[in-house]
Amino acid sequence: MNIATVFEIALAAVVLGLAIWTIAVPDTYSATVGFIAYGLLVALIWVRLDAVDVALTEAAIGGGLGGVLLLGAAARLRDTEAMTTEGPSLIVRLSAAILSASIAAALAVTILLLPDPAPTLAPAVVANAGATGMTNPVTNVLMAFRGMDTMLEKVVLLLAIVGVWSLASDQAWGGRPGPRHQADPNGVLAFLARLLPPAGIVVGIYILWTGADHPGGAFQGGAVLASMWLLVIMAGLVDTPPVRSRWLRLILVAGPGLFLAVGLGGLCFGSAFLAYPVAFAKPLILSIEVAMLLTIATTLGLLLAGAPERSAER
Amino acid sequence: MLPPAPALVTTAGGFLLVLSIVVPVAGVLLAFVLGERYVRQVASTVVPVGLAIAFAVLVLLPRSDGHLVYLLGAWPPPLGVALRADGLSAVMLATTAVVICAVAIFAATDFRPQSVEARAPFAFWILLLAIWGALNTIFIAGDLFTLYVALELLTFAAVPLVSLDGRAETLRAALRYLLFALLGSVLYLMGTALLYGLYGTLDIALLSHRVNADSGVLIAAALMTTGLLAKTALFPLHLWLPPAHAGAPAAASAILSALVVKGSFFILVRLWFDVMPGLPGLAAAQLLAALGAGAILFGSVVALRQERLKLLIAYSTLAQIGYLFLMFPLAFGASGKLESDQALAGGLLQAVSHATAKAAMFMAVGSIYAGLGHDRITGLCGVARALPLSVLAFAIGGIALMGVQPSGASFAKELLLQETARTGQWWWAIVLQAGGMFTTAYVVLVLSHALAPSDQPIVLVGPAPLSRDLAALVLALCSLFLGLLPWDSYLPAPSDAASKLFGIDALSKLLLPVLGGAALAILLSPWPHPLGSSAAWKALMRVVGPLRRGCLRFGSLIERGDEVLRQWSAAGISLLLVSLLLAASMLAAN
Repeated sequence: MNIATVFEIALAAVVLGLAIWTIAVPDTYSATVGFIAYGLLVALIWVRLDAVDVALTEAAIGGGLGGVLLLGAAARLRDTEAMTTEGPSLIVRLSAAILSASIAAALAVTILLLPDPAPTLAPAVVANAGATGMTNPVTNVLMAFRGMDTMLEKVVLLLAIVGVWSLASDQAWGGRPGPRHQADPNGVLAFLARLLPPAGIVVGIYILWTGADHPGGAFQGGAVLASMWLLVIMAGLVDTPPVRSRWLRLILVAGPGLFLAVGLGGLCFGSAFLAYPVAFAKPLILSIEVAMLLTIATTLGLLLAGAPERSAER
Repeated sequence: MLPPAPALVTTAGGFLLVLSIVVPVAGVLLAFVLGERYVRQVASTVVPVGLAIAFAVLVLLPRSDGHLVYLLGAWPPPLGVALRADGLSAVMLATTAVVICAVAIFAATDFRPQSVEARAPFAFWILLLAIWGALNTIFIAGDLFTLYVALELLTFAAVPLVSLDGRAETLRAALRYLLFALLGSVLYLMGTALLYGLYGTLDIALLSHRVNADSGVLIAAALMTTGLLAKTALFPLHLWLPPAHAGAPAAASAILSALVVKGSFFILVRLWFDVMPGLPGLAAAQLLAALGAGAILFGSVVALRQERLKLLIAYSTLAQIGYLFLMFPLAFGASGKLESDQALAGGLLQAVSHATAKAAMFMAVGSIYAGLGHDRITGLCGVARALPLSVLAFAIGGIALMGVQPSGASFAKELLLQETARTGQWWWAIVLQAGGMFTTAYVVLVLSHALAPSDQPIVLVGPAPLSRDLAALVLALCSLFLGLLPWDSYLPAPSDAASKLFGIDALSKLLLPVLGGAALAILLSPWPHPLGSSAAWKALMRVVGPLRRGCLRFGSLIERGDEVLRQWSAAGISLLLVSLLLAASMLAAN
């Protein structure tokens, strides 16, 4: 048993322990903190499984942005939480636990019985990488082989924005999302909000750029940019844009819009919908990814900012 | 139905499949950018184009051997993703287009962006187009992961519709819907991941050639089925449906009830009939149909006890969803495979006729609500005089739903009844007949109140635009005459079944559900009837009084049971139980 195995066993044990703690602890705030730590450690597991792309996304969404969202919700719930009545009875909890455990056991057995080596499309993906000129297989799957899924996923993000915005009151419609944040201009938050974003923006763009050949891509880069944007918003240095803004709307549809346009170009002039001409594949994919980076960063930031609450003038 | 041989080339006309997804999605993006003022114009441009595409597919399909294929990015599966349309897809594409068209006409007066307060129209039109794009993707996707993305699209488009009017109770209903639907998504995704791990492909046609009775496939199938049942709101996983469908604005309710629940149902049909027809086994199918029978009983009895019309219709949807699942055990052949095309055709026809009829009924109820300012069933007296077209649309929709010839429901029922005889499963014939009677019961109940004369003249509080009633009426008539359409080029239904609709025995077949339904309405509805003071009613009550008291007590028992099942804890345990039972019965069958 070498040191890596010991590390893996310890990691798995801590993740399991954190999962149980997150479920068992009665206080929402503690459960949230447990869940964030859980997300970050699961990202480590993905690294150990050589799925760095997934690890980056898990850390950014499961640990980072999801964590911010949950912490905000927990803070809002804190006042009402004390008043809630007690949960389900012991019998209900016990039967739920038994049923969940049996499903988990069935899943565990199934996963242990999966064929080894697993049937995979990875060699086919690598063999066809020449069609796009990129060597990161994940990017090739996302942008070329399963481009339709990726495009529709971006539309899902847009619908999430429509859903969050539709919660606004009619008076606040068109205004700025979320509360206006105030922070001490000389405090640590404002300091960080001035210090980190320049570096963060460079990191975000780098993650996008390197995604062509190494782990990374628009989603991970966009998540980094979104967290930088949220940092400046929370420090009160900038305000959220009014949802009426035409520019904002354009940025929010830029990613799927360009994807769709390139796809239609393939339908009209090329061999098929979402087929890239080999000579222009890499520049086309990169420009779609740049548009998606902007869209994803803005979408994630606005999803966390919430529904429009204030009219644009104030 | 046997899986088609994996076709690896794009067929002529396959680009129509791409357009049927791209056109609504492009509409979503365009409407979002152009904003509140133009959102309705974008929708009114996209709707006719989408309708034309759906009918083009309908025309083209029989000429290209019953299959349209498009390879996205020219990458063949398993590496790439294919879009495939067969007869089922074409029928569902056309149904969706027609219903969306009618709802768009209905909603044009409701969601007119006026001045500044344009939040609801903005969201409504974008979400309507998004639902359309999502459903079209579901009907033609040839890949289980693309289907997952489409399911997500559908959920995220449907949930905000529920809380469009912003009241606290509709927000609660929307949140309930969101959480339960996401639970379903996770289960579906988990099964998909397992299937990829087992076979290295998610393409439906390729999978159908590779699956064998591994325990892993069966666990995956059980998880995916449960997730889809949660999204379809099959009893007892229906906690989200009544508040969501009853609380949404009328146009949104029509879409949610008529189309959105059919999306996850359609994926379930693909999974069982196309991916693994030989694997689920008869026991699991009997379980699905038993849950369907439970849905018919609970949904109908609770519907008869509702005070509000919209809730009655929502509970009727619950019952009708149950009806859709009766086809699963009837489709089994002697070899233990899902192979009866006729049962499949019956189930799908039922889905189509429910989609059209229920959308029409929700729209009619929306007009009645807007006109009266309320939708209490006991306060409906005289409404037939005040809003004749709305009541007519409701009546025709209801008549179509209860299976009067030549409606789609009657044709579907006929097909399914023949299958019960063929497979010797007489108990499902009883459930089918009982379902028809219950449907008649709540339609008759509403009509008997709406047609009763009123002492005071009815004062209309809101406008009743003609276009809204006409949209509902046309849709209801569509449902009523569905049985006359030439189904045999799309669905494997015998073409002679339609001609039998007008025989002498057809009348006798009609009499049974109507009489039974009227009796059920009298016995199970707790509300005082407008004719309750007449001498004939009192004489009737003297005879059936004790029986009615017993039935009412039974009804309140069912209603209380429904309340318990719609608690979060009970619904969660039901979800776990259903998935375990499905897994166990599938494992036992193989």
